[in-house]
Order: sequence, then C-alpha cells, then structure tokens
Amino acid sequence: MFSSKASLSSPPSAGHLPPPPPPMSTLCIQFCDPSTMARVFPQAWLNEKFAPDLLETKQDVVDNMMLHLQNMDENLHQGHVGEPKSTIHQLELERLRFVLTSYLRSRLRKIEAYFPHLLEQQRSQTGEDLLRLSPDEYIFAEEYANNISLYFRRVALRHMPTAQQKLDLSKTVAPPDIERFVFLQVKDRQERVLIEEATDDQEEYVIDLEENSKHLMRYKAIAPLVSNGAVQLI
Amino acid sequence: MFCEKAVDLLRELQRASDGLLTPYNEDGVRQVLGELRALYIPNQQDANISRAEERSDLLPTIKFRHCCLLRNKRCLLAYLYDRLMRIKALRWELGSVLPNALRFHLAPDELEWFNQYGRSLAKYMHSIGSEGLDLVQDTLPPKSLFIEVRCLQDYGKFEVDGLNVPAEPQYAAFTAEG
Repeated sequence: MFSSKASLSSPPSAGHLPPPPPPMSTLCIQFCDPSTMARVFPQAWLNEKFAPDLLETKQDVVDNMMLHLQNMDENLHQGHVGEPKSTIHQLELERLRFVLTSYLRSRLRKIEAYFPHLLEQQRSQTGEDLLRLSPDEYIFAEEYANNISLYFRRVALRHMPTAQQKLDLSKTVAPPDIERFVFLQVKDRQERVLIEEATDDQEEYVIDLEENSKHLMRYKAIAPLVSNGAVQLI
Repeated sequence: MFCEKAVDLLRELQRASDGLLTPYNEDGVRQVLGELRALYIPNQQDANISRAEERSDLLPTIKFRHCCLLRNKRCLLAYLYDRLMRIKALRWELGSVLPNALRFHLAPDELEWFNQYGRSLAKYMHSIGSEGLDLVQDTLPPKSLFIEVRCLQDYGKFEVDGLNVPAEPQYAAFTAEG
C-alpha cells in the first residue's frame, strides 16, 4: 500500500507527464492526499452515473471527500478574499462539491428505484461479500420501503378483498436492467473476458480487452471489472 | 365496463404534462375499490357453487372476473405509485414546505408520506460526513463563480464575507453568498 504512495510522490522528470493515478481499488484511501482524491473521485462518480445497477458503497471515500471539502473551505476563509488564487480554489471547491452531491444523488436514485432487491440482497449477504449499501443508506432504504408499504396498505390494500391484500414488492418493482449496453474504457488489460455464454446455436464468445481501448457492451458482462477498477464507464 | 375506471385514472395522470401533479381523484379510487369488491363477491359464490356441484361451465366466468380483479389492483397501485413519485420530485424541487396551491392536490395520506420521506431524506443528508451535506443544492455543475447582483434599494454599505460592498447599481459577488 505504501509503495503506491511512493510512486505518486516521486517528482515528474523533465518533459514527461506524471504517472497516471492508480485505480481506486489499489489506493490506500486513508492515506490518500487531497490532490489525488480530486483526480480519482470523479472516476467513481462517472462509474456510478453510468452503471445501471448500484455499485459497492465507498463510504470511506465519501468521508474523506467531506473532510477534504471542509479543509478547503477553512483554508479559503483564512486566506485573503478576492485574490485570484482564492477564486480558483473556490471554483475548485464548488466543482468538487457538485461531483460529490451528484455521486450521492445517483446512488439515492438507484436505491429508491430498486429498494426491494437491494434490501433483500444485503440481508442475505454473508460477512465477506462487499456491501452495496452503506449503513446510513441501508437505514434510508428500509425507511423508504416501510413508508411505501404502509402507504399502500393504508390507502388501497386494506380496502381490497382479503385474498388480494398481499403485495410482494420484490415482484412488482422492476429489477435493475443489467442487460443495458454501456460505453467503457479499459484501464488494465484483461484476458479472456466472457461476453456470451455457450448456447446450442453458438460457442461461447470470449475476447481480450486491450489497455485504453473503448468498447460498447452489455453491463452484465463487465460488471465485476467495474467493481475492481479494471474498466471505467464513460 | 370492467376496469374502465382504473384505466381512466391512469390516463388522467398521463395527460398531465411532464410530471405535474393532478388533484387526488378520491372518487375514482373509491369506484375502483368498489368494483373490486363487486367482482370478488360473485366470484366467491360461483367458485363455491362449482366446487359443490362439480360444474365446470362457470370456470371461464370466474377466470375472467379474477383477471379483471388483478388488472384493477395493478392499475390502482400504479396510479398511487406514480403519484408518489411525482410528490417525491416535488420534495427535491421545492423543499420540505409545499406551496398551498399544490398542498390541496395531495390526499392526507400522501401528505403524511411526503413528510415522512422528507424526514428520512433529511436524516440521511445529516449523516453524511461529520456535519451533513445538503444534496438538494448544487443540482447543476457550477459554470461561473460570480453572479451579477443588482441593488434594488439603497441600503448603504453591505458587508459580504469580509468585503465592504458599496451600494452600487451592479456588482459581482460569489455565487455561494446566495
């Protein structure tokens, strides 16, 4: 973990670009410096925006971003107001705040759309699987689910004949559309990615993903690669 | 005819342009629930008769009424759910206090749902980070830092974040100052 930080802090040699930031998954988030955060967090934001399904929770990243924004805010108020440098910093602060709120809003939108499936999945998960809802999001999703169930019961279901009073929300609410096509850019080279499984008519369709290549394919095929940071949705 | 009232409710929502909230059609909802009961009772009776006398000629009627029942239930729940989604959008656009004109379009139960949703949302927003983050603000990417402000009335000198702003007709100020 510390070795990745060492490569970030090495000064760029003359005429060469600084090394690209490592993918989110390999970063030691607690020790991440603010400038790297500001470059890497937008990638998580784009992934969340374009993925049809809810991605894993990144609660520590969100907490770090909040701290970073608060620090920036304090620094700005201590410095001189009206200087060009502070204007640029203020704009940067506004931009980062927008990215953070947009990220959280994307997540909330998906939680509200797919709440029965997400809650069921989280409840049946074992300790080692990655959680998709943070603790606060889980509480929000549960309250939202209760609110809707109670409302339906009060307004419609209790006036219906007894046999019709049940409503299974996980059957009536549509699940996320993971068959949707998404644009992606490959960050780490991947070998033998399964796109289509073998059926009676065709053999299984397997390709290699070259680094920096762009593709358009079903989200289902590359969902695990988005989670571990090997591809970036665009 | 069967299920007509339920489909009317949905058409009413579809006609309202672009997510506008129409007044709650309590009458329509009551009629649909009444139709549900009116379908269920003869169905029960026919089911009992066909079981007792082992007749199969009543089965198509029973099946048809059951399908109408399910369709009515589905349409009614879709109407209620779509209204809830529109009300939810109001919370994001207008905040937790609704203007009076819109408030009359909501049924009492819908208002209760709206308040409860507002509370859940506020609790979640408060839990982000250490001080909370208002997610309802900043819905558009910031284009420029400064906005032009025009003084409508001469209040004299006004202090804006450390700067003394003269009472000029027009000046630029930070967007965040509101």
